[in-house]
Amino acid sequence: MIILETALWMATFFLAVSLFLALYRLMKGPSLADRVVALDLISMILAGKILIYILLSGETIYLDAIVVLAVIAFFGTVAFARYIEKGSTK
Amino acid sequence: MIIIWAVAIFVVCGSFLMLVAALGVVRFPDVYTRMHAASKSVSLGLVCMLIALAILFNTPMIILKSIAGIIFVFLTIPVASHMIGRAAYLRKVPLYEKTSVDQMAGLYKKNERESNE
Repeated sequence: MIILETALWMATFFLAVSLFLALYRLMKGPSLADRVVALDLISMILAGKILIYILLSGETIYLDAIVVLAVIAFFGTVAFARYIEKGSTK
Repeated sequence: MIIIWAVAIFVVCGSFLMLVAALGVVRFPDVYTRMHAASKSVSLGLVCMLIALAILFNTPMIILKSIAGIIFVFLTIPVASHMIGRAAYLRKVPLYEKTSVDQMAGLYKKNERESNE
């Protein structure tokens, strides 16, 4: 079991680093589309972190939360795309 | 034992693919290349981690939910990133200056691109 715990801590470290990188792009991105791409990436990284929590604790009820988070991220991205296309820029 | 090794390898591969996606989002020069990096690597990474979950908890309900999640990820992430790229192109977000081919250049007239102002 020590192998699985080492792998899960490595995965947690990778996801934390990628979360910080996505936050950097979310703050700095020159256009609105950059920020929307970074927000989509952040929601998918959060889904991965929930999945690692499931693997650590064994509570598989949170698998539904991953699907719901993916649905909400999809609808949010589509709504932002419509807003960028139709609405005002910047 | 081999199940534990497979789960560990799948989890590390998935999270490493997400790290690659975040590096691409930070380092690439353009909205469209950033969108490309984010969509492909993230969908493959999430699918790898869902496969690891389905291998470790080997019950039919978990396997069904993981397959549903995999199908959903493969259906929605390309649609969302395509819509973001199209909206960015219609709002004239600038391309990278070393871009050699712009295949959408003649498809939208000037009036059509500005018709929604």
